[in-house]
Amino acid sequence: MIFQIELFIPELYLLALIGGLFVLTVGPQSWWRFLRYLPLAASVGIGVAALSFQFSGLMFYEAYQVDALSQFFKLAIFLGLAVTCLNAMNQPTLSDEKRPDYFLFLCLSALGLMLLSSAVELVTIFLALELASYSLYALIPLRSKEPAAAEAGIKYILFGAVVTALAMYGLSYILGVHHTTYLSELVTKTWSWSETPAALIGIALFLGALFYKLALFPLHFWCPDVYEGASNETAAFVATLPKLGAVVVLVRLSSLLDPSMEVTMLLAVLAAVSMTFGNLCALVQTDLKRLLGYSSVSHAGYVMLGIVAGTPAGLSAAAFYAVVYLLMNLACFWVICRLSTDGRNLKLDDLNGLYQRSPGLALVLAVSAFALVGLPPTAGFMGKLFLLNSAWMEGYHWLVIIAVLNSAIAIYYYLNLVRHAYTRDAPVNASGDVQAVPNPGLLWGGLLAAAVLWLGVAPGTIFSFAQIAGAAAGGLLP
Amino acid sequence: MTESGFPVLSALIFFPLLAAVGLFFLRDERTVRLYTLVVGLIEMGLAAPLFRFDLSTANFQFVEIMPWVPAWNMNYHVGVDGISILMIFLTVLLLPLCVLCSWSYIGKRVKEFHFCLLLMIGACVGIFSALDFVLFYIFWEAMLIPMFLLIAVWGGPNKRYASLKFFIYTLAGSTLFLAAIVAFFVNTGTFSIPELMTHEYAFNFQFWTFLAMALAFAIKVPMFPFHTWLPAAHVEAPTAGSVLLASILLKMGTYGFLRFCLPLTPAASEYFAPLMITISIVSILYGGVIALGQKDMKKLIAYSSVAHMGFVTLGIFVFTMRGVEGAIMQMINHGITTGALFMLVGAIYERSHSREIADNMGLGKYLPAYMFFFGLFAIASFGFPGTNGFVSEALVLIGVFEANYLLGALTIPGVMLAAAYMLRLGLKLAWGQPSQAANWKDLNTREWVYLVPLAVLVLYLGLMPTLALKTINPSVVHLLNQYETRKTLHLESSLQPEPPAQVVQLPATRGTDQ
Repeated sequence: MIFQIELFIPELYLLALIGGLFVLTVGPQSWWRFLRYLPLAASVGIGVAALSFQFSGLMFYEAYQVDALSQFFKLAIFLGLAVTCLNAMNQPTLSDEKRPDYFLFLCLSALGLMLLSSAVELVTIFLALELASYSLYALIPLRSKEPAAAEAGIKYILFGAVVTALAMYGLSYILGVHHTTYLSELVTKTWSWSETPAALIGIALFLGALFYKLALFPLHFWCPDVYEGASNETAAFVATLPKLGAVVVLVRLSSLLDPSMEVTMLLAVLAAVSMTFGNLCALVQTDLKRLLGYSSVSHAGYVMLGIVAGTPAGLSAAAFYAVVYLLMNLACFWVICRLSTDGRNLKLDDLNGLYQRSPGLALVLAVSAFALVGLPPTAGFMGKLFLLNSAWMEGYHWLVIIAVLNSAIAIYYYLNLVRHAYTRDAPVNASGDVQAVPNPGLLWGGLLAAAVLWLGVAPGTIFSFAQIAGAAAGGLLP
Repeated sequence: MTESGFPVLSALIFFPLLAAVGLFFLRDERTVRLYTLVVGLIEMGLAAPLFRFDLSTANFQFVEIMPWVPAWNMNYHVGVDGISILMIFLTVLLLPLCVLCSWSYIGKRVKEFHFCLLLMIGACVGIFSALDFVLFYIFWEAMLIPMFLLIAVWGGPNKRYASLKFFIYTLAGSTLFLAAIVAFFVNTGTFSIPELMTHEYAFNFQFWTFLAMALAFAIKVPMFPFHTWLPAAHVEAPTAGSVLLASILLKMGTYGFLRFCLPLTPAASEYFAPLMITISIVSILYGGVIALGQKDMKKLIAYSSVAHMGFVTLGIFVFTMRGVEGAIMQMINHGITTGALFMLVGAIYERSHSREIADNMGLGKYLPAYMFFFGLFAIASFGFPGTNGFVSEALVLIGVFEANYLLGALTIPGVMLAAAYMLRLGLKLAWGQPSQAANWKDLNTREWVYLVPLAVLVLYLGLMPTLALKTINPSVVHLLNQYETRKTLHLESSLQPEPPAQVVQLPATRGTDQ
């Protein structure tokens, strides 16, 4: 079957949104007021994605697989898109005439990620990945009056292009050796160093592109700089949704990775180094976004725990953690964006006395910081527990030990956020009053924090979805 | 569900948490305090059904079990046995007392303070009643957050350093504990603690899991080389924080040894017992000697805690009936007396704004009621006959002597040190040269209200410890029987390499009978 419309509903819905945005970009300025309905429209998308959870099937000459895994991630992507759109609505560093374009690119990138979550053929994966990336290349430098933004944009594009080229090169190796790019056929082939070394090199290069998106060591170097250079709102997007896309493809590709393969051990080592390196670098950061950038390097390492395990349990743990990471990171960025009313980069000291200035935001920040550490009763803890369980089951004891030791390191810098917010005194203005933070949209931050807590206390429902998704990915195994 | 149909333990855990939410709707500081006090009293009322605890069995009672994350076989599973029920009573009792002792001590962010207090109590009850490993770990870690805030926000001048040190020390210790939990799960496929206790584990596995768990517990207790966070945290914490820290938090470590190390890793416990005993004795002597030289009252009591908790771990790791019973009694008694002493330090600090002994002398003449309570809790603290401290210390000492005379002889100086530093403190406070004591008022009604229940408990447990011992006894008998059989089972099976010879010679006589 080439095309079945009911399998494609979430994508079509997003395409319609993009079409609408395109009309706005070329239309008269008076139409721009419709822009404010975008978060609502994206939230409707969550419902649309949820409704299409029941469908499954193959499309586009079997290059596009709709299954529980893809639908699960599409739901999460819509959720993330709705929150980031809402977050970016009143972006202070964005000039007015670029506003519709900004959201157009945001949605395009989300579409790319959505396609990515269903792609089961290497070229399709590649194209979807590029669609997601190119939109971001345009978004990052859109921060007016900030030289660092241009630098960040160029860095992201240049390194992105190099990694793209390498992935393409790797793809050619795989195609050359195995004569197919379909994952379902590739799983039946031999992947051993002794028999098909070229294919192994090829898959390693192809994985590199995903690691770049995920900011896994050693392809993480762009991450802190880009976060720092991009506006807070863009960084919130870059830090969350593309990671989801990378995780979903890794979950799909992991069916290629036989646990006995040398590649898996290499991934485990990368995961360990990524965690340690990211955490150690984050310890000394004072810029909040750089701190979160390095912390995301370490979180990439954590997600790899589930991928390395490779079992349905591990894959579902990785899928669950990806969603949890989306929620807790969005909550953290939500606070940063609300605090930075003029769009500048925040330092740790800018959090001082947040408790007095805005108790609500301080609470959201505390919840997300404790979740990022992996402290109960937050979702971060549950996610980590599932990952550790699955990795230990597959015998990666050393990796689990490194992971828990890394949590101990991470405590320091995440706790620093809470300490600055709760125990330092707030700066006072000329009249001697504490500077209050105007906090519109506190409700949404509160909802994110509540979701993080709820998933920590009752992870059952979402985890069972993740489990179905993990099993669906495992189903690719011969 | 429980026998009575009423989920007592869940009510005790979640009532304070729900009540904490109610605080957000209150404005006036006085109302907040009264509200929390009433919550504390209701919480005590809710604990009343626990008095129907069956003293004749070692089984877990008031058990509630509900599926939680079926995919990973996690359940919401709570219940109590003789070891935990007394700790729950103590926890519940402390809530209203902590509210009372902070009544005038806490002047800023009153609402948040009581919020943290309620979270702490809910989580602590959760810790002592959890029968699912993950549930236990969640409460164990979740409790850190309000405690961190209690120190970091309402603490003394050095609060930032102290709170960070406390948090990182304890959390870093328990990360490896998490790895141990994962290891147990992967080995058995369950998180249920009673079920885990029925399994046998290879020695190698026990070796590593014991180390991972013991590190977390030893930091929490705290045992000698890991104790450095304690004086800082105690000195900087507000009175209620110090009380909760001393009375409940430190007990979590020893509770962990009893609940997890002995039943789950008996062979490793046996193997590491000499090490644990050595550290315990060092803790007792070291804590005593350092306490003797302190000028700050809170620091003195903090170091005395190191010594007292050394008795608890010593009692546990000699594996004798009386040793373990004494250890559990000591957990309760230390909670009562040290909590009370911290409250008294807080009370005098409100008058003198100093914790230096030198600034608070001459109280015997001007504040006789204060000195009466101080004297009572001080003698209870070093184990004067007739007070609760005597019962537990005597039991531990008998247990230690039963195990090994040399060990007993090594412990005796610790008892004398305790008398020395406590009497030195008491003497100076009562009869030292008064500086400003003449201007201070003696205890007010509120202070009487929170000191009297503790004083009654000191005397009740000291003169009639029978009921408490009866409560503990079946569980301890069960624990030690299980320990003995599983340890020997392991040695007989000889599937694993023999542990070195030092283990075998340790306890010469081991009485599992009464």
